[in-house]
Amino acid sequence: MTFTREKDFGTPEAMGAAVSLTIDGQEVSVPAGTSIMRAAAMVDTAIPKLCATDSLESFGSCRLCLVEVEGRSGYPASCTTPVAPGMAVRTQSDRLRKLRRGVMELYISDHPLDCLTCGANGDCELQDMAGAVGLRDVRFGYEGENHLEGCKDESNPYFTFDPTKCIVCSRCVRACDETQGTLALTVDGRGFASGISASQDESFLSSECVSCGACVQACPTSALIEKTVIEIGTPDRAVVTTCAYCGVGCTFRAEMRGEELVRMVPWKEGKANHGHSCVKGRFAWGYAQHRDRILNPMMRGSVDEPWREVSWEAAIARVASEFRRLQKEHGARAIGGITSSRCTNEETFLVQKLVRQGFGNNNVDTCARVCHSPTGYGLKTTFGTSAGTQDFDSVRHADVILVIGANPTDGHPVFASRMKKRLREGAKLIVVDPRRIDMVRSPHIEAAFHLPLRPGTNVAVLTAMAHVIVTEGLVNETYVRERCDTDAYAEWAEFVSEPARSPEAVEDLTGVPAADLRAAARLYATGGNAAIYYGLGVTEHSQGSSTVMAIANLAMATGNVGKDGVGVNPLRGQNNVQGACDMGSFPHELSGYRHVSDSAARSLFERDWGVSLDPEPGLRIPNMLDAATDGAFKGIFIQGEDILQSDPNTTHVAAGLAAMECVVVQDLFLNETANYAHVFLPGSTFLEKDGTFTNAERRIQRVRKVMEPKNGYADWEVVQLVAHAMGLDWNYTHPSQIMDEIARLTPTFAGVNYAVLDQRGSLQWPVNAAAPEGTPTMHIDHFVRGKGNFVVTDYVPTDERTGPRFPLLLTTGRILSQYNVGAQTRRTANVEWHEEDRLEIHPHDAENRGIRDGNWVSLRSRAGETTLRAKITDRVAPGVVYTTFHHPDTQANVITTDFSDWATNCPEYKVTAVQVMPSNGPSDWQRSYRAQAEASRRIEPAEPAE
Amino acid sequence: MMSNDQRLVHMAGQILRNFAAQGREEAIAATAEHLTLFWAPRMKARAIAMLEEPGAELPEEVRAAFAALRHPA
Ligand code: SF4
Ligand code: SF4
Ligand code: SF4
Ligand code: FES
Repeated sequence: MTFTREKDFGTPEAMGAAVSLTIDGQEVSVPAGTSIMRAAAMVDTAIPKLCATDSLESFGSCRLCLVEVEGRSGYPASCTTPVAPGMAVRTQSDRLRKLRRGVMELYISDHPLDCLTCGANGDCELQDMAGAVGLRDVRFGYEGENHLEGCKDESNPYFTFDPTKCIVCSRCVRACDETQGTLALTVDGRGFASGISASQDESFLSSECVSCGACVQACPTSALIEKTVIEIGTPDRAVVTTCAYCGVGCTFRAEMRGEELVRMVPWKEGKANHGHSCVKGRFAWGYAQHRDRILNPMMRGSVDEPWREVSWEAAIARVASEFRRLQKEHGARAIGGITSSRCTNEETFLVQKLVRQGFGNNNVDTCARVCHSPTGYGLKTTFGTSAGTQDFDSVRHADVILVIGANPTDGHPVFASRMKKRLREGAKLIVVDPRRIDMVRSPHIEAAFHLPLRPGTNVAVLTAMAHVIVTEGLVNETYVRERCDTDAYAEWAEFVSEPARSPEAVEDLTGVPAADLRAAARLYATGGNAAIYYGLGVTEHSQGSSTVMAIANLAMATGNVGKDGVGVNPLRGQNNVQGACDMGSFPHELSGYRHVSDSAARSLFERDWGVSLDPEPGLRIPNMLDAATDGAFKGIFIQGEDILQSDPNTTHVAAGLAAMECVVVQDLFLNETANYAHVFLPGSTFLEKDGTFTNAERRIQRVRKVMEPKNGYADWEVVQLVAHAMGLDWNYTHPSQIMDEIARLTPTFAGVNYAVLDQRGSLQWPVNAAAPEGTPTMHIDHFVRGKGNFVVTDYVPTDERTGPRFPLLLTTGRILSQYNVGAQTRRTANVEWHEEDRLEIHPHDAENRGIRDGNWVSLRSRAGETTLRAKITDRVAPGVVYTTFHHPDTQANVITTDFSDWATNCPEYKVTAVQVMPSNGPSDWQRSYRAQAEASRRIEPAEPAE
Repeated sequence: MMSNDQRLVHMAGQILRNFAAQGREEAIAATAEHLTLFWAPRMKARAIAMLEEPGAELPEEVRAAFAALRHPA
């Protein structure tokens, strides 16, 4: 692909009935509500413009886009004038040319003429428009009053603001308001004195700005511009690819200059993000070039030795021979693998294939174990399929939005912007969360209800909501009768109606005022289209699966599944966690969620792969670690996952890893898990390979290689090398062939291949003969399992209890600028927003303990102890403390216990009983861990070649 | 911290409690089915072996659920 900018139609798409008009004599038919500017662009007539762009509502301030309309006096602005039937528009005339030149002259007379050395040279709309209107001289001269002395704001690490280049078109202000919803920018002053400022005249970095870059993308000049464009120059080619951070799955144009990435520009055609992004996807890709990246394979005899760089052949041969030896000595089931939700579908599929076909067992698991495994179990049991029911666009039709255990503005920022837009349009919001997340109150948004429940009481709260809905007669009886298993419903309705489940009865337990809970339940049941969005605050509990089922029960009882604007929507964490689950990464399931004991499904694979498969489920990650400490599990292949940092009870994970004889880690960096590894295989970044990711809406999107892998191989190639060394006959030359195999073996992917993906941009599974174009909304006429299944969800308190020694409840989460264990984001300028993890504590609890803001505190649980600094805030309720887990120095998971979800063993991250005390330094664990980590990262210089 | 055996018993107990609203016998059957579907062979084998060990502390329902397991291949 060579470089062309994406076409800008000037104003957003309209949806009305067709209207016919003529533009410069050319007949055109467009939807009612379309602007004249857009209609003209649709027939490739570009009307000059500055303040309009198609991602924003028109504003009509620059007056450059004037046109003539037959039978009307004056010169209407084409961006703000809608088309009308029979309208005859002229876009060019002597008079128009003169008017437009006059406008341009005014702009240019106050604009520095250093175009040749400007960062945006060649990619500047002001330049283009001067050309388009034929501006040849400027009569006003530059000696008059102007703004050429303004001072640059370079505080943001990724972009600069140069007020001298600003034409006050307010596109940035509107982008921040409309697209991002942060409202960080304002036009200060009036008339000639007006200018753009961030928040209360602060620098961008210290303002409310969340660095999403929407303003930079909207800016027609170099007033707001990426620093990389200033450094590297304008791009010369663009490749469309998908973000490798979160489950929103934003697509981008990776704009390149040769082999160098200049910038990531959110793709307007992208169906998940519609041209928007957050700070991570747009800016935080510098880790791909970071000097910490390991580019050569390494080995060592034992984990206390330094690493030795070796050839790929040597490393792969060691992996294969060790794995085979361990199986010979300890049995076929003594080894296993972990697939990565950061890698592509194709790579994940290959890792589980390596385990099932090559290792001959089902010991494969994935990091979804620690996040959304309860979603899989819960939605499969109730609806029949392990995935969310809607596409993101569905939120446009929601009237009531219930957010539970999710923090979308930090975790799923681009979707949060969509949600906020809908809320500003009038949809009602219910937030169920122990913390007052940003969504509860932000500019122009106020939750109708915030139910600040005690961590660990989700099931009690949701069942109390069900109690209200059933006992107050708010059930959608017709829906339940037609769509659901009525016996299961009757049993459930009887259960939830018991007085013990009422909001009043559980108020003391949950901490949620009964009146609020009742009102919220009524709103959910009667407020129109009601959609539930949830995150890890639902799943990462000892009753994670029950909570998912309780959510599904509510949606079925109120008829909120199977159409636009409603549904049960897990906001999935990692970029490809949906995909990793779909691809058969769980020890009990083949791709497409078919149980390994299902002999029909198994025989499909057996025929294709030419082996017989183990019909018994394999070990889950925590079971693998237990088996390791028992001496029964000896070797593991871990691709792109840092279990030591991300999994609960670090001491237990460390003991499990230390008990194994061959730990193979494939990653970009020497992560924490690699401290226990014997072989390290360097990984490739998403920029360096082809494949697909599947986002939280089941949307399969292409990842495209924009540069050669710096480590020599894409990750799928490395897995194939291991497979070859273990005697498997794999012959993939391109990931598209892996997708063809997935499609052949997985009914929900039957219609997926790279040609269709390239042609359609993306597809939401199921894609098959019945739905060749994919399935945006699921369960439309009937549930995948037939009748919707109500499941009785009895509240069972967690075994993790507070008491005199551990009186507070710790819950964990993440923030916008960092990503999970932070391996990538900590290696970018995003650290400017989050240098360290802090412990949020309520002023009351802090005062009782003599803790001041910023003090070092020790955080202790039954599992362990760590130290970090305190942040005093009433965002958390008294009795609750909160921290993030982005930094290895904090090791928040030293604290978390190994209690887990009853059905899936998803760890109970969100509830740990702790004590917090003032402290003056790192805990013993931190000290010894740091020393050990440093020692285990030593790399011996390579031996010189003979 | 729990031993690995204690952890198996604890997990089974947790599953039982989540099925308890269905009634005792149903909960035991549902738990046995859950273990069959989701526990790896060595975990099931260990559960069955514990039935015979005098020292194993098995709550009654957990014992019943373990007893309903078949030996994995
Ligand atoms: S980067 Fe995003 S949040 Fe910051 S000012 Fe621009 S649009 Fe607003
Ligand atoms: S910074 Fe750019 S987008 Fe904002 S008003 Fe100035 S020229 Fe327009
Ligand atoms: S919202 Fe998620 S997918 Fe989109 S740019 Fe940010 S991290 Fe990437
Ligand atoms: S583009 Fe229409 S008034 Fe600016």
